[in-house]
Amino acid sequence: MASVPRFWRGIGSRYNLEGTRCNECGEYFYPPRNFCVNCRRVGHIEPYKFKGTGEIISYTVIHTAAEGFEDQTPYILAIIQLDEGPRLTSQVIGNPENIHIRMRVRSVFRKLGEDGEGGMIYYGTKFVPEHE
Amino acid sequence: MRDVAIIGVKNTKFGELWERSLRDIVVEAGAGALEDAGVGGKEIDSLYVGNMSGGRFIDQEHIGALIADYSGLSKNLHVPATRVEAACASGGLALRQAIMAVASGYNDIVIAAGAEKMTDVGSEEASSALSAAADREWEGMTGATFPGLYAMIARLHMHRYGTTSEQLAEVAVKNHKNGSLNPIAQYKNRITVKDVLNSIMVADPLHIFDCSPITDGASAVVLAPADIAHKYTDTPIYIRATAQASDTIALHDRRDITTLDATVVAAKRAYSMAKLRPEDIDLVEVHDCFTIAEICAIEDLGFAEKGKGGIVTANGETAIGSRIPVNTSGGLKACGHPVGATGIKQAVEIVTQLRGEAGQRQVEGAEYGMTHNVGGSGATAVVHIFSRER
Repeated sequence: MASVPRFWRGIGSRYNLEGTRCNECGEYFYPPRNFCVNCRRVGHIEPYKFKGTGEIISYTVIHTAAEGFEDQTPYILAIIQLDEGPRLTSQVIGNPENIHIRMRVRSVFRKLGEDGEGGMIYYGTKFVPEHE
Repeated sequence: MRDVAIIGVKNTKFGELWERSLRDIVVEAGAGALEDAGVGGKEIDSLYVGNMSGGRFIDQEHIGALIADYSGLSKNLHVPATRVEAACASGGLALRQAIMAVASGYNDIVIAAGAEKMTDVGSEEASSALSAAADREWEGMTGATFPGLYAMIARLHMHRYGTTSEQLAEVAVKNHKNGSLNPIAQYKNRITVKDVLNSIMVADPLHIFDCSPITDGASAVVLAPADIAHKYTDTPIYIRATAQASDTIALHDRRDITTLDATVVAAKRAYSMAKLRPEDIDLVEVHDCFTIAEICAIEDLGFAEKGKGGIVTANGETAIGSRIPVNTSGGLKACGHPVGATGIKQAVEIVTQLRGEAGQRQVEGAEYGMTHNVGGSGATAVVHIFSRER
């Protein structure tokens, strides 16, 4: 899925939905950006921990998995808009029949995948229906 | 800036070419284009080659040097060769670099080639290499696949505009029909809407027949200043516009996932440069890596109102002989999608059409043609406009 350091250096964001916010224009960023796309060099970026609630913009049910996700199929993948504004791509846990566009969701800490038996296990954020 | 013309073109056969290597197919395309142009090696000023992922597909980088060497342009001639990469838009960008080299006056005769050898690895590894066109850290590592990203585009397009799976399937049906008329196409079999809907689901709502295949293939064109193009050919085809635009690497960061803003902006720049409007274009090769991508493309390029791409396709308005023929080559879906070659293959198709040499798939009286090549889920778009008359 990824080398250990590559995954590890993003753990704060992946485990805890830590992103950033530009104090100059007020825009929130997740995944985090250290350079504001609006203010560029005059931006002032600070860390920000997202509340973890939002809604589904669009979704799909993946039947042919990405490498490292083979034993999870079928799985639901969605673009989610966090209440603070930014959008991200994440898996949603639930019955595909009950998922719909604009559905409210909240983040949970889950296992994402693993590099085979005895390999590294990856944890991170997935989403579930908000009141589940 | 100088006007630029295309004086020679060549595609290899597209498909699973087990017996042939990357260097074999690029040499065939390059030599074929030079022969078509009547240009000798000593006249060539530079070479650009679009290639997405030699490193992943054949464990080979330094593709520019490799191609120049095996084309006989290195040992004695030392022709500069540059590889261009922008995922699936690598070919379109190689063409654009070549155009700028000639237009600027730095070079006169330039080759723009594109090639990808994808079947030396298994389909899982090929898919993984392709998914590197998306944001690996924030899309790929969550389990996103390329069909998955386009499936999310399709889902929202359906939800918002009422586009149906049947309308998506009509794109594949039309492109297979066109492919059946193209001697180089990977797939020449005709299919039905039912075939598409009954094929296995890859990423809901996209079936396997909504997806372009894994393909080996190479394409090349030869460019010259328009002022001297008639020295080489009676039928030079002129570049009227070259335009490129960028958008966010990740689909989730886009303003609206049902519109490729990079396509909209590149098209706007191209129309402005050519002083033309969508209704002036006689045919277009669009980047149908998935059926939904063709529907978004014809909307974003101005050939259909936003949200009406599915209806326009189902009505037959994009078929050969109709209002705006789209993907007469068979498109990525049926002609095949050797990713680095696709942008050049699109140009070869338009040149062939504007010369009036497209045989059974000829668009009668075509004066203006367009190509539209996309990298990733829309982070790069490149649009070219070509004309028969200068």
